[in-house]
Amino acid sequence: MKDAPVIEAMHLHKAFGATVALEDLSLTLRPNEILGLLGVNGAGKTTALNILLGLTTPTRGTLRVFGQELMPNRVDILKRCNFASAYVSLPGNLTVGQNLWTFAQIYGVKNHKAKITELLELLEIPHLRSRVTGQLSAGEATRVQLCKAFLNDPELLLLDEPTASLDPDISDKVRKFVRSRQQAQRTAIIYTSHNMRDIEEVCDRLLFIHKGRVVAEGTPTAVMTLFQQESLEDVFIQIARSEAGDVFGAAKTAK
Amino acid sequence: MNFRIVFALVCRYLFLYTRNWVRLAEVIFWPTMELVTWGFLTRYLEGRMGVAEAGPFTWMLGGVIFWDVMFRSQQGVAISFLEDVWTRNLLNIFVAPVRPIEYLASAFGVGLVRIAITVLILWALSWIFFSFNLLDIGPSLVPFFGSLLLFGWAIGIFATALIMRFGQAAESLAWAVPFLIQPLTAVYYPVSIMPGWLQWIALALPSTHVFEGMRGVMAGAGFSWSHFAWAALLNAVCLLLAGLFYHWTLSTVRARGLLAKVATN
Repeated sequence: MKDAPVIEAMHLHKAFGATVALEDLSLTLRPNEILGLLGVNGAGKTTALNILLGLTTPTRGTLRVFGQELMPNRVDILKRCNFASAYVSLPGNLTVGQNLWTFAQIYGVKNHKAKITELLELLEIPHLRSRVTGQLSAGEATRVQLCKAFLNDPELLLLDEPTASLDPDISDKVRKFVRSRQQAQRTAIIYTSHNMRDIEEVCDRLLFIHKGRVVAEGTPTAVMTLFQQESLEDVFIQIARSEAGDVFGAAKTAK
Repeated sequence: MNFRIVFALVCRYLFLYTRNWVRLAEVIFWPTMELVTWGFLTRYLEGRMGVAEAGPFTWMLGGVIFWDVMFRSQQGVAISFLEDVWTRNLLNIFVAPVRPIEYLASAFGVGLVRIAITVLILWALSWIFFSFNLLDIGPSLVPFFGSLLLFGWAIGIFATALIMRFGQAAESLAWAVPFLIQPLTAVYYPVSIMPGWLQWIALALPSTHVFEGMRGVMAGAGFSWSHFAWAALLNAVCLLLAGLFYHWTLSTVRARGLLAKVATN
């Protein structure tokens, strides 16, 4: 059971009144795999991410994480997961050390002092430990969030646009850190980004969502080949500018 | 319930207070201003009516302090939730292995700390400046404060659920809900002066029984077990209803996808 799926989502459907945000999403994520979730704004990827995090309940479909249904086993499952997002912050009035201590306690991290020191050093920010979180630059705050996200050596990690608003240097460092840590710990990661370079460099497989439906799935190279494009950015633009019917037609080919 | 998690969450709020003196001033400033206002009013009434006649007006100072116990208890819960909304940290908490009961328990703990600070200061000020010693109420203080603490938690849970459901636009409810109750719960006057139909509503609130009981003790009538029993029973009902409402609201906001919106907007 070493490679049993970390996430098994079957036919997830979410409607908000008459608006269908997600339609028939099925995905499997295995250990040591990074799955990129792509889509234009409003495509349904945030809804998908929120369902995977247990923040939103699906209208239909089943979701199993570590072989268990998510909602009834939420706390046990979340102990083995973590999350970081460009749109979420740690309390700005606390120091970095206080914030990381709090989450180390919440996740029950053993030997938390050593773990926090190790991660801060790996992310090249040990000097920030006593700094007030609200005074950090975007790049520093993102790295502190990543430190929090890897505190409990998660088996499943959800990263929501971790390189948004970062300069190329810091983005590169973040990508390398995520990749190296993930490989060392066989972490399964769901990774969303609008930065196609991120996706090409970091993700093993990707899933394009458009108007609530999966329109393409495969390795970055396979998807580019199937859409006859030279870059993922061109695939993204092609999907974004297509009529829904065209894209769904292309998706059949892609799959 | 995991007490390590509760302890960590309480410490997080305390870190916030130690790093931000403005927040701490809020726990001290408003209650002090209220005490001073009511204290001078009491002095004025004593001057107009003679100390012997006006003695019962010390009710008011008791009322100020007792009201603050309930208000700070409620604020401990509602403001703790809002702190997470304001700092955009709510998602970090809701996707962490934190049970709702652990989250609420930490907010209750924060409420206790806020009350301890406020009561200590009000007790000292009212004794020094207005010759009102809270400890003269005697051991009855314990059940009175306990009842107000529980009712404050119940209102705090209710207000938090409303904010969760209606978002930051509804954050003024954190302050408004207790003040909706204040005129009904007879903080500064006896229930008997209310119209008959309103008395029934007033007596359905656990806090009313505490304020009536407090006035009874201060008038020398002794501790009313009847009021205490009613307060305890009504608190149990209010906490149960607030808990159910919170649970139902959490399910509703999950179904409507509102939780992530409250947390990130």
